Amino acid sequence: MTDSKYFTTTKKGEIFELKAELNSDKKEKKKEAVKKVIASMTVGKDVSALFPDVVNCMQTDNLELKKLVYLYLMNYAKSQPDMAIMAVNTFVKDCEDPNPLIRALAVRTMGCIRVDKITEYLCEPLRKCLKDEDPYVRKTAAVCVAKLHDINAQLVEDQGFLDTLKDLISDSNPMVVANAVAALSEIAESHPNSNLLDLNPQTINKLLTALNECTEWGQIFILDCLANYTPRDDRESQSICERVTPRLSHANSAVVLSAVKVLMKFMEMLPKDLDYYGTLLKKLAPPLVTLLSAEPELQYVALRNINLIVQRRPEILKHEMKVFFVKYNDPIYVKLEKLDIMIRLASQANIAQVLAELKEYATEVDVDFVRKAVRAIGRCAIKVEQSAERCVSTLLDLIQTKVNYVVQEAIVVIKDIFRKYPNKYESVIATLCENLDSLDEPEARAAMIWIVGEYAERIDNADELLESFLEGFHDESTQVQLQLLTAIVKLFLKKPTETQELVQQVLSLATQDSDNPDLRDRGYIYWRLLSTDPVAAKEVVLAEKPLISEETDLIEPTLLEELICHIGTLASVYHKPPSAFVEGSRGVQHKRLPGSAGSGESVESPDTGSAAGVSDAPPAVIPSQGDLLGDLLNLDLAPPATTTGPPPPTSSGMQMGAMDLLGGGLDSLMGDESEPPPIPLRTDTPQSPQLPHQSPSPPDYSPTELGGDLGGSPAMGAGFGAPPAAMPASFNAPVSGGLDDLFDLGGGVGMPSGAYSPPKSIWLPAMKAKGLEISGTFARRAGVVQMEMTLTNKAMSVMTDFAIQFNRNSFGLAPAGPLQVLTPVSPNQSIEVALPLNTVGPVMKMEPLNNLQVAVKNNIDVFYFSCQYPISMLFVEDGKMERQVFLATWKDIPNDNESQFQIKDCHLSSDAASSKLQGSNIFTIAKRTVDGQDMLYQSTKLTNGIWVLAELRVQAGNPNYTVSLKCRAPEVAQCVFQSYEAVLKN
Amino acid sequence: MIHSLFLINHSGDIFLEKHWKSVISRSVCDYFFEVKEKAVDPENVPPVLQTPHHYLISIYRGKLFFLSVVQTEVPPLFVIEFLHRVADTFQDYFGECSEGVIKDNLVTVYELLEEMLDNGFPLATESNVLKEMIRPPNILRSVVNTLTGGSNVGDTLPTGQLSNVPWRRAGVKYTNNEAYFDVVEEIDAILDKSGTTVFAEIQGVVEACVRLTGMPDLTLSFMNPRLLDDMSFHPCVRFKRWESERVLSFIPPDGNFTLMTYHVSSQNLVAIPVYVKQNINFFETGSCGRLDITIGPKQNMGKTVEGLMVTIHMPKVVLSANLTATQGNYTYDLTTKVLVWDIGKLNPQKLPNLRGSLSMQAGAPKPEENPSLNIDLKIQQLAISGLKVSRLDMYGEKYKPFKGVKYLTKAGKFQRLSLSFL
Repeated sequence: MTDSKYFTTTKKGEIFELKAELNSDKKEKKKEAVKKVIASMTVGKDVSALFPDVVNCMQTDNLELKKLVYLYLMNYAKSQPDMAIMAVNTFVKDCEDPNPLIRALAVRTMGCIRVDKITEYLCEPLRKCLKDEDPYVRKTAAVCVAKLHDINAQLVEDQGFLDTLKDLISDSNPMVVANAVAALSEIAESHPNSNLLDLNPQTINKLLTALNECTEWGQIFILDCLANYTPRDDRESQSICERVTPRLSHANSAVVLSAVKVLMKFMEMLPKDLDYYGTLLKKLAPPLVTLLSAEPELQYVALRNINLIVQRRPEILKHEMKVFFVKYNDPIYVKLEKLDIMIRLASQANIAQVLAELKEYATEVDVDFVRKAVRAIGRCAIKVEQSAERCVSTLLDLIQTKVNYVVQEAIVVIKDIFRKYPNKYESVIATLCENLDSLDEPEARAAMIWIVGEYAERIDNADELLESFLEGFHDESTQVQLQLLTAIVKLFLKKPTETQELVQQVLSLATQDSDNPDLRDRGYIYWRLLSTDPVAAKEVVLAEKPLISEETDLIEPTLLEELICHIGTLASVYHKPPSAFVEGSRGVQHKRLPGSAGSGESVESPDTGSAAGVSDAPPAVIPSQGDLLGDLLNLDLAPPATTTGPPPPTSSGMQMGAMDLLGGGLDSLMGDESEPPPIPLRTDTPQSPQLPHQSPSPPDYSPTELGGDLGGSPAMGAGFGAPPAAMPASFNAPVSGGLDDLFDLGGGVGMPSGAYSPPKSIWLPAMKAKGLEISGTFARRAGVVQMEMTLTNKAMSVMTDFAIQFNRNSFGLAPAGPLQVLTPVSPNQSIEVALPLNTVGPVMKMEPLNNLQVAVKNNIDVFYFSCQYPISMLFVEDGKMERQVFLATWKDIPNDNESQFQIKDCHLSSDAASSKLQGSNIFTIAKRTVDGQDMLYQSTKLTNGIWVLAELRVQAGNPNYTVSLKCRAPEVAQCVFQSYEAVLKN
Repeated sequence: MIHSLFLINHSGDIFLEKHWKSVISRSVCDYFFEVKEKAVDPENVPPVLQTPHHYLISIYRGKLFFLSVVQTEVPPLFVIEFLHRVADTFQDYFGECSEGVIKDNLVTVYELLEEMLDNGFPLATESNVLKEMIRPPNILRSVVNTLTGGSNVGDTLPTGQLSNVPWRRAGVKYTNNEAYFDVVEEIDAILDKSGTTVFAEIQGVVEACVRLTGMPDLTLSFMNPRLLDDMSFHPCVRFKRWESERVLSFIPPDGNFTLMTYHVSSQNLVAIPVYVKQNINFFETGSCGRLDITIGPKQNMGKTVEGLMVTIHMPKVVLSANLTATQGNYTYDLTTKVLVWDIGKLNPQKLPNLRGSLSMQAGAPKPEENPSLNIDLKIQQLAISGLKVSRLDMYGEKYKPFKGVKYLTKAGKFQRLSLSFL
């Protein structure tokens, strides 16, 4: 007897037939009918019409029938809320049943019925069940609290269920403890700063006891919860580690990985000379290796995590290289991950083995894998110097295979080897040149051109080679064009006599015939350099390049620390902090590893710990690209904040700054993408995979901007000869404004830009702050949120030593640097300050949402004020959704989250409104006109990743607009609306 | 936690969906289908996918995709482990885990899923606990049920749910009390052309079949427990005892279960039971090649090697093979380009040999890739690592059980790679 019989229907009146059967007197017939209904439901047929009939079957002693009816109820209650009420009485009655199984089932099912009206009736039975004598009921009720919280959070708080749930952590039954922890963790996720899981040594002890006795799933919840605790000292840390270690031998890999997370985190606190520390390190390797013999899906997740662990503590797996060797039948996603880890573990000791393997992989079938294997050989060469020679010869062997994609990859990596070991392997250039014709991928072409340009003096026919590329200049990709331009200029500087024609040809191609601003600007710079001062040009273009770093692909240390705290989670799979992708979470706390207790410092609570962690964190070795402009400005323009003496005369400071800036800028322009300027910029070599790290809204730095400023800078203006005659007029136009714009960023002269910024208002009146008056506003400039303030000294004495701090706020706004008030402010003087802000500070929900509490300190006192920022400051530049995604998201967000607002007295056309909003990063995705009414569909994204979707309705001739906002976090709607109004009306 | 589950068959139809919280539209699977399309091979679909609002975590078992949808930060391993557990449970209940059998038992499947997860939290995943609540289908019972109006669902609280031994139910009774253990070892090895071991490890597992009355407390000890240094245990094993005395002490679940898995990776302990002499050449001209393979016994501890089978993935240009085998049969599949040589028992006196010519596509260049050999074999009554059970003791019950241990060695992903370029 199988269930497939339930699907065979003969007549059309299926529903009708079922109805009759459901109302039959015979128990057995009823049950069969309900089964048929369920079967239809599971495959997606709509059987909601039978709701009253099915609910009628609920009052039965037959547990199976009851369960089936409950299954049905859970599915359809939402669409028939009024009918669902009919079932409430039975539920309440069942919650009193002498059989604990029925009590638990009733409370469990009630929680699954996501109807508001039912939840009111649920509270009383739930309260009883939370205190039920039977642990099975208690553990079911604990989960029910989480369900209820999901439906109606306020109700759960008002009814005090959270406290009851916290009490359950001390329950005598381990299963109840585990479920209480799981429920609390889930609730805490939507309240990142609530102190729901208040961990102290007593609760930790209870959790550790329960850990030994509960189910495997419960162990995962408890271990994940333990990982959030910060032990008081190294002794406590060690004792927790000791009690967690047995979990490493669990058969469930999720338990193992959660245990690894706890150990990796708490190990930070153990002094390194402790015997136990060494023992622990040794114990970590075998379970990680064992994870690799599990199913491929598990292996994948394990490998992503091992990748992190290996970066943090390479010593754990340094002898286990062989387990990462690729197996013939591994799925491709496992192969690629293994390859990555092999390179991370490569060292002088095992490099021979690794290379033999890699060479083998390079002859496999799968193209992606082969490519990655070839790149891996190059990475080995750069990482292990002793192996470089063997790597190069392996690569040459591979080039001999003439397999097109292998050759191209090999050339790309050989370019990097040249960069790392200059003047060592140039003998292979001849072989490379043989393969010139087979290169059809831009990256490989660019790499080859770079090699030819760089070693032009050793290649007899370099000019011919480059010339051959020049023929199809306009069909090449930008990468190749830029590279070709640079290479020919290099060639010209090395062999000026015979290549004059060539260089003129390429310069005119780049400057006159190209629409690409980067290419044009680079062309102009070379042109001017060459025409004014060839010696300087030589110094700039042929300058010695800094060596490329060994590990361009390492995860940035602070991010790595955070990810280590998230081992086993999605964050560890994506190698991104949860804040970067967990949607709708109203801010996620950044986790940090605890510091070592060796220093004997007192350990703070997690909150303050995270604040302290920021300053303790080692300086980022590889600053992200986004910091570049900030660095430039800080380095060159602004004197250090600590100097109290008078500032240098402004004019000369500007010139110096411009020179320096130009120097840095030029280098990055002149060299190709793989030549980093001599500032500690991450080498953004094309072959290094993009760091999976998103720097918070990087300033929009483009070479074009620098190019424009170059022309206008007074210092350089004199140095340059007459610009080429072909110089378009437009090139001169932005000149005057260019430099100011740059200074605007650093100095904060209020200049209106695209994004709307409200006029300054007085935040702190002088009488409240002993003579200091602060007025200010917020602005978003080039992707950076700025707080622009005017500080006025209305007191009788000089004010100095300004500093600023923010309280925790809804979006984690925090000053990105110290307040730059360089000069003492004398009486009756005002100064303008711009403070760049970031959004990685601690998060706390404020009321109203956009409220910001600020403390300002000077030599006189500390003053507090609060102000409100327009939420449009937080709209990020990449807030434009794909149309499809927009549609899906719009449908996906429940209608309850939609809110409607009216904007009165606005006289813009829909297009004007759209472009105005776009200036503030509210993007119009589609426009539809119905009956003379324009509907604009718009999206915007907040810095914390919350998307807001909007529909703006504009009726021609009617000054009143209607905005409907949809968002997963409906709280922001009000603020967003205010921004709409402000932007549209200004 | 886990929000929804979709079961998807080989051709991409969703044939079952289950939601533990609110209903998520099927359209979320479109992202998965897109990736599946690209991956070509179903095995190559990455297990964790991100969509704008959800995360899709999937496993591929028995030609079915188990796709779960999660919305919050959930440990992916937890989800994957759970999905495998669901598949195991279906296997356990219905004998296999396939679309047909799931469709035939839809209501039971639905009841099971409801019982296994509550609001996304695992509720009961131990097979014997589940079986007490929802009885597995069997013909006899369904006949009885129809006659008596009995039910498939237990109406008492499963005893295992809350005790300290959730894996065992109370009141088990057998007339024949027996406990059998199978020690099964798989060798995974990669050898290079010269026969040198590049990589070798043993994956061992101790499977148990225990049918004992009451609450027996068992102790299993090994002759040479030192061999084991990396293992994972069934939750029933008392870890403390293992750490201090190196014996496995446990109250067993009722029926079949995996007692422990282990891993031996130190090179010198892994014996390779056979050697292979291979010679595969492709000639520059004449579009043909030669193949010559001989297999002989190596470290097989005096036991017979059985079920010997060699699989070779030939380069695409090889059209046909004209070979003679001194023992067994060979087949060459033209479409998949796989040569299979089924040898059977290895006779040390007369070594099996396969030789002959390969013909290739005319005019095609000499193949670059080197065919690799996969070898499959079995050795009865031997655990290749040398692991031996010394004794099994039972406490807590008075009767005398039948005891037995079986050993088996198999090739896992035994693989021979040729390293040189031809």
